[in-house]
Formats: sequence, structure tokens, C-alpha cells
Amino acid sequence: MSDFAQTLITAIAIGSLYALIALGYTMVYGILKFINFAHSDIVVLGAWGSYSLSVRILPALGYGLNEVPPVWVALMILLLAMIFCGAIGFTIERLAYRPLRRAPRLNVLITAIGVSLLLQNVGQLSFVFGASPQDMPPLLSDRALATFSFGEGESARQLVIGMVDVVIFATATSLMLIMQYLVFHTQLGVAMRAVSFNTDTAALMGIPVDRVVSFTFVLGSMLAAAAGFLIVMKYPSISQPAHTIWVLLGLKAFVAAVIGGIGNVRGAVLGGFVIAFVEQFGAFYVSSNYRDVYVFTLLILILLVKPSGLLGSTLREKV
Amino acid sequence: MARGTSSVGSDAAAAVKPEAAEVAVKGNGWTGLIPIAIGILIALVLHFALPAPQRSYNTQILQIIGIVIVLAVSLNIVNGMTGQFSIGHAGFMAVGGYTAASITYYGSMLLWGSTTKHGGFLGSGDWLFLGSCLAGGLVAAIAGYVVGLPSLRLRGDYLAIVTLGFGEIIRVVLQQTGPLIEDVKALQSVGLKQLVPPPLGGSLGLSGIPKYTNLFWVYSILTITLVVAYRLKSSSAGRSMISVREDELAAQAMGVNIARQKVTAFVVAAFFAGVAGGLFAHSTGTVSPKDAGFQQSFDYVIMTVLGGRGSISGVTLAAIFLTVLPELLRDFEQYRLIVYALLLIIMMLVRPQGLLGIHEVWEMFNRRRRKAEVSGSDVSPAEVGP
Repeated sequence: MSDFAQTLITAIAIGSLYALIALGYTMVYGILKFINFAHSDIVVLGAWGSYSLSVRILPALGYGLNEVPPVWVALMILLLAMIFCGAIGFTIERLAYRPLRRAPRLNVLITAIGVSLLLQNVGQLSFVFGASPQDMPPLLSDRALATFSFGEGESARQLVIGMVDVVIFATATSLMLIMQYLVFHTQLGVAMRAVSFNTDTAALMGIPVDRVVSFTFVLGSMLAAAAGFLIVMKYPSISQPAHTIWVLLGLKAFVAAVIGGIGNVRGAVLGGFVIAFVEQFGAFYVSSNYRDVYVFTLLILILLVKPSGLLGSTLREKV
Repeated sequence: MARGTSSVGSDAAAAVKPEAAEVAVKGNGWTGLIPIAIGILIALVLHFALPAPQRSYNTQILQIIGIVIVLAVSLNIVNGMTGQFSIGHAGFMAVGGYTAASITYYGSMLLWGSTTKHGGFLGSGDWLFLGSCLAGGLVAAIAGYVVGLPSLRLRGDYLAIVTLGFGEIIRVVLQQTGPLIEDVKALQSVGLKQLVPPPLGGSLGLSGIPKYTNLFWVYSILTITLVVAYRLKSSSAGRSMISVREDELAAQAMGVNIARQKVTAFVVAAFFAGVAGGLFAHSTGTVSPKDAGFQQSFDYVIMTVLGGRGSISGVTLAAIFLTVLPELLRDFEQYRLIVYALLLIIMMLVRPQGLLGIHEVWEMFNRRRRKAEVSGSDVSPAEVGP
């Protein structure tokens, strides 16, 4: 019972991370109809950016790298990382994707892979982030918020609800609520949905398409940066920028977006949690060696059975 | 998908050298073997003319170039001619490599009691090696069939993700295999139970494979690959593939069975990737799970994009160039992938159809063809908006 609950808590925390990243994929796909392969590298930038910011800012403010600073410092680092990644996302869209707005999707996809390779390998350079893993200084104290005990004697187990898990869930949820408000209750959100529905018509209606697309990229990149920040909160040892782990993380988030129905904001959140549950429970109850296999198998199954995803709508292609 | 209907017929027609097609029809079946004979002759000359130490640096590079061309040209059948987008080519290569390597490793242990090379040029060891490469190709082709199936329902970027996921699944599964059985006695007393999971070396990979690969085998197989790719391109099957690439709906309307063309492309490409995997395993003497990862696949994707999607000679040149270049720039190893990435982006912005587009090198010098280009048949799908 307590094992189940503990796995559940981890799955919820991880699921909210996947959901944050999946939102970025799904928004870009919704508007431009292509997979932004470089999105996972924005997450990496968020993670490594938070790291370089903390090792520079913490000593400057008079805190040691091992003591836990007050909460506003962590918030400030999160905000700076989000702004940084937002700017990078804007630049990428402007330089690499905008000139290809009318090109076939395959060309844009290849460009996206190029951008992804570029970000990874520039990040690996010795004067950027370097090619060796680093340890993130703690920004939050990982104390247990609540501890429950189960059973007696030999079979006694403890269920711990950790601070970091709660913070991850809270931050991710509030960001997703802000997103929800932006997309469904502001004029900008209406413009985004209009562009996603039909770009040409939206342009005829006087919507500045280029600006809306830029804004979408910035928004997605900021969410990715937040996800990167939260990931290094949970797993403080950061792998080098081109490590397979990052690409897999991005892929799983993309799978989450596809499973939820790509282009659908609520679907991305749902998909994120589905993926995390499958992965965590599969790892716990079946075998942790195959945790990546479960996710991809699920993807292939979903694509074969319901290619439009759980919440997606099907559009027939007309001649 | 671009709906460039205007370019379908003309581009597909421009892709085919009419004379070559006529030869294929008129020849009595034996004339087609001439290029293969010439290629094998060149392979023999290479094999015997180069100085004896088989593992010298130049020989090594020449072997790798040959293998890489096989991989790039076979990927080009899927990515270039059929217009699908596979980034799991290294997965097929690993499947073939593992199959071939385990056959020669355990086969020579059972047959000759050790895993050292057996027999001389074209000796019994060489035939075992050739058979194992073919088996590797066949197993990879089966994998290609399985991966090709979803491509019937998925298009473009979804398919890319599935092929990527395939490579990753292969990598994870290979990591979970059991430890190698290293001596003959243990192998002879092995029970069925010890074969699950199969003893393929786990995450360390299979090493100690006898190094049978030599220039003769590499360049003979390369010749066959090139001839098959070229004949395919100028055959009606190849034209159907190109029509699928140009416009699926129009192709379907013209009676092309798009499902079959896509799966065929995947199977053929996977077969050659598997054979190349076998060659590679017997060249370096090791195979490991990380060979299946997608980072390996990107190299071949870049070659097809750079050389021209659909151009066999263009991709061959790109493969040679991108294999030799890093050797010359050893000191700049950390910048290699940055340069590749920039190449990809700039190519897509400036010349999305690749350096040669769908044409072959010799067609670029043909004046008649050039005239046809000017009159508008070279409207590549890339330039026609959706």
C-alpha cells in the first residue's frame, strides 16, 4: 500500500514535469504543424542555465553553495532562467523557422533537428557548459512535509511526502493554470487559437501571425525552462548537455503530447500524467530496465489505434 | 505534405535516364551484370594492390568509407526516394550487426573451436562471414517490415518519432541481453535456459568478433548496393516511390499502391543497413548497444540531406566527404557536430533539395537535361508551397 502511494507521489511530480514540456510541443505543433525537435534542448538550457546562474548568484549574494538560500532567491533564478530561454526560443524561431514558414514540413523538421544538434553541441563546448556532469547547489531544503507510517514490525513502511515533490507539483500546476487562462481567456489566446485553426484566414482577419507565432515560441520555451529548473531541483546531478537522458526526456514529453492529442493544450497535460504513470508503475511493478520501452510501446499502440490521441480531433485531408 | 501537383510527372520523368531504362528492357538480362562485374574487379584490385598490413590506417578508412556509403545510399531509398523520414537507420544496422556477429562468433566457436579467423581469402571462414552478413540483412529486413507497417498510417514527423523510438527500443533491449559465453566447452554444455536472455554481451556489447571484413567484401557489397539502388530508381517501382514522395494523394489517384511502396522502401533499406552492420561488426571486431542510438542515425540523415534527396551519386559523394572530413580535422572534434548542425540548417534555408537534388552527377553535365531544367521541370517539391 505504501509502495503504491509512494510511486503515485513520484508519478504525479514527474507527470507535472512531462506536462510542462509537452505543453511547449503541443502549442508549437498546434500553430506551425511541426515537431520542434529543439524543444528538449530548451529544457536542457533551462536546467544548465539555472545551474550556472546559481553558482554565480549564490556567492554574490553571500550564500555558500551548500546552504539553502531563502525562497526568493530560488524564485529569482527560476524567473531569470525562464527569461533567458524565452529569448533563445524567440531567436531560434526568428532565424531558423520563420524563413521556412511556407516550406514543406519535412524541411522544417530537418531544420529543427539541426537546431537541436547545434544547441546540444554548443552547450558541450568547454567555454559554455562543458562536457562533464555537474551538481546543482540545493535551492530548497528537501525535508519531508508529512510522514505516514504503515504496518508493524518487519513489514513497517513509511510514506514520505517530500518538499521538492510538492514544490514541483505546485509550480507546474500554477504555470499550467496561467497557460490555461492565457489561451482561453485573453485576446492573445484567441489569436493563438485562430492562427492554429487556419493561419491564412487569421491573417486576413488582421491577426499579426508572425507576432503570435513568436509569442507562442517564447511561451513554450519559458515553460520548458521552468521544467528544466524543476528537474534539477529533483535530480541535482545534471548530465552533460548532449546526454541521451535529455533527448529521451524530450521524446517522452513529445509522446505525452501525442497521446493527449497533439495541438490540444489539455491533452498535453493529461498525456504527461499518463506517461508518468505508465513509466513509474511499470518501473516499479514490472522491471525498471525497460522503462523507456513502455513509453514507446504505448506511443506506437496509441498511434495505431487512435492516431489523433486521446483528446484530439480527426481532420480528414481533402484534395 | 506539399501538394506540388505540377511537379509530379515531370520531376519523376526527369529522374530517369531513358537510355538506362531501355537497356533494362532490351538487354537479355546479362548486360545488367556488367557494372557488378566491373565493381567486383575494382574491389579485387583494391584488395590485392594495397600493402599487406590489413589494419593500416588507410585501409581502415577505405573500409569505413565503403560501409558508410552503403548505409547512406540505403537510407536514401527511404528518405530520399520515397520521401519518408527515418531516423532509426542505426537501429537496423545494429540489428544486422548483432545477428551477423553472433553467427560468426558462436558459429566459428562450434565449427573450429575458436573465434580467430579461419581460412584464407575466400576460405571457409569467409563464406561463414558472408552468410552471416546476409542473415543480418534478412533479420534487419524483417525489422524494417515491422517498422514500415506504421508508416502506412503515419506520415512525416510521426513516422520520424516511431523510427527514433524503434532505435531506442533496440538499444534498451540489447542492453538487457546476457553475458557472452567465452569458451567452447561452456558453449557445448549450454542449456536452453541459458539462452534466455540471449548471450549477446549485455551493455558491454559483443567483442572478439573475428575480423573478416576486408576491402574486397566491402567494395563488392558496395557495388551491389549501388547497382540495386540505381536500377531501383530507374525502374517502375522506383518511379512509384518518387511519386509517393511528390504527392501521396496524386500517386494514389494514379493507381500507385502507396502502402506497398513505403514498406518496400523500408525493407530494402533495412536489408542493406543490416548487411552494412555485419560488415562493420567484422571490421572493428565489436558491436555494442549504443551503436543503435539515434545519434548514430543522424550522421546518415545528414549525408542524404546534403547529397540530395534521391540522388545516389550525390549521397555517395556526401558520404565520402563527411567521412574523410573529420579524419582531416581531428583537432576540431568538438566542433564537428556543430558544423554538421549548421550545414543542416543552412542547406534547408538555401537549397532544401540537397546539392544535387534528385539528379545524378553525370546528369548535371548533360546539356539536354539542363535545358529541361530551365523550362521548369526542376520545380522541386521544396519550392512548391503547401
